[in-house]
Amino acid sequence: MSSRLIEARGLTLKNGRATALRDVDLTVDRGEIVTIVGPNGSGKSTLLRGLIGALSPASGKITRAPGLRIGYVPQKLHLDQSMPMPVRRFLTLPLSKPAAAVEAALKAAGAESYGDRQMSALSGGQLQRVLLARAILDAPDLLILDEATQGLDQAGSAAFYNQIEDVRNTLDCGVLMVSHELHVVMAASDKVICLNGHVCCQGAPAQVASAPEYRALFGTGTGGALALYQHDHDHHHDHDHDHHHHDDAAPADAGAAR
Amino acid sequence: MMDNFLVRAALAGLGVAVAVGPLGCFVVWRRMAFFGDATAHAAILGVALALATEVPIYIGVILTALAMATTLVALTDRGHGADTLLGVMSHAALAVGLVAMAMFTTTRVDLSAYLFGDILAVQRSDVAIIWVGGLAVTACVAWRWSRLLTTTLNPDLAHAAGISPKREELALTLSLALIVAISIKVVGALLIAAMLIIPAAAARPLTTRPEVMALAATLIAALSVLGGLYVSLLTDAPAGPSIICVSAVIFVAASTVGAVRRTR
Repeated sequence: MSSRLIEARGLTLKNGRATALRDVDLTVDRGEIVTIVGPNGSGKSTLLRGLIGALSPASGKITRAPGLRIGYVPQKLHLDQSMPMPVRRFLTLPLSKPAAAVEAALKAAGAESYGDRQMSALSGGQLQRVLLARAILDAPDLLILDEATQGLDQAGSAAFYNQIEDVRNTLDCGVLMVSHELHVVMAASDKVICLNGHVCCQGAPAQVASAPEYRALFGTGTGGALALYQHDHDHHHDHDHDHHHHDDAAPADAGAAR
Repeated sequence: MMDNFLVRAALAGLGVAVAVGPLGCFVVWRRMAFFGDATAHAAILGVALALATEVPIYIGVILTALAMATTLVALTDRGHGADTLLGVMSHAALAVGLVAMAMFTTTRVDLSAYLFGDILAVQRSDVAIIWVGGLAVTACVAWRWSRLLTTTLNPDLAHAAGISPKREELALTLSLALIVAISIKVVGALLIAAMLIIPAAAARPLTTRPEVMALAATLIAALSVLGGLYVSLLTDAPAGPSIICVSAVIFVAASTVGAVRRTR
């Protein structure tokens, strides 16, 4: 149990008066990539906001490992043109950090070439990398990402997920993310949680993909994508293994994933 | 030195400038222009109540501004249409204040002094109050600077970093009420929001870092105060509006410089 980072038991969250999520059980351990999938409005973002403390639980309990450091990548960052904000300054909010750590984080997130740019001048993909750099700057125990690849094309998001896996391997942190991209989820997660106002099913990707609750939500189309990646997943914990063939195969299964 | 009314006026104006620079930036970044306007308009009601109950003007103004600002925060949180709501509250507060002024005050009160300020008539005690209030606001904003910036960028990022966005919003609300109180004799209730927004907006095209923008806004506000007093002295125009006119001219100049820089 020493590797348990965060645990939710019987968690119920409300958005205003409406109950967005009820009775959610969830755990994330160190070194584990947990992905939340679910249709629009199924409470995915609400769950993450509850876990970072932006929403207080209506009932249930969240237990964090003592001194848990969370790196959070929000779904979108609305940047008002009225605020001048260079990337490097953004990374040192709210606390100033050593310059070397800032550079290392920019590099680890693949954002080293635009550290001097204004935040409002970045493209969607660049902004996501900067947000990732900020989230990993503190060497977090738990990295939480809310649809971090929104607005990226297929190749871009595959590269982004590779980056996250690299970060997980270097920092040995837990990763909890929301994703729409089922084929990537199935390939790169240790555990999948299927959400629709409550937890429909959770477990290893293969297990979830064959669950009737999951198929009711997403259809059987992803079966093919899963078959394609079954082999990869068996080798998931072999860190010497080259994961880069994920993105090579990604376009081929694009149709199957939909 | 303080015997000279011009020196007192300049000192009072500079005391306001010190505070409106940094806080004005947050008003611009958070799109609180209308919010600032509504809070400032509530000051007239505060003046009327203070005159009727014979408490110091500053106390009346700070209390009504605070009441207005917290009411607005509570109402907009509950999802009322912010733009319309602020419009209703802003103009209703002004109208209620003007009616209250006519009802509560028996002797003839110089209403325009509270609407547009009367900086040339400030006393030593006013200068002292303005500087204490102005420095308090600046110290508060400087102390919470990084937390305020993070909250302004994204409240959820603030939460994840262990910052309470609600507390930061409260700090801004309190500071705003304090600014309204210290500005009422300098630029008046109708132009306080202008004093917050225009220097910050003028500083934006000239700067690339938030800290520099706050500093530049302070300098532009100070320049506007001194320039406005000079214009007022030269032309006999009212001082409060003259100060805002000078800051508007600086805004146009800064925007032009910014636009020229962008095209090159």
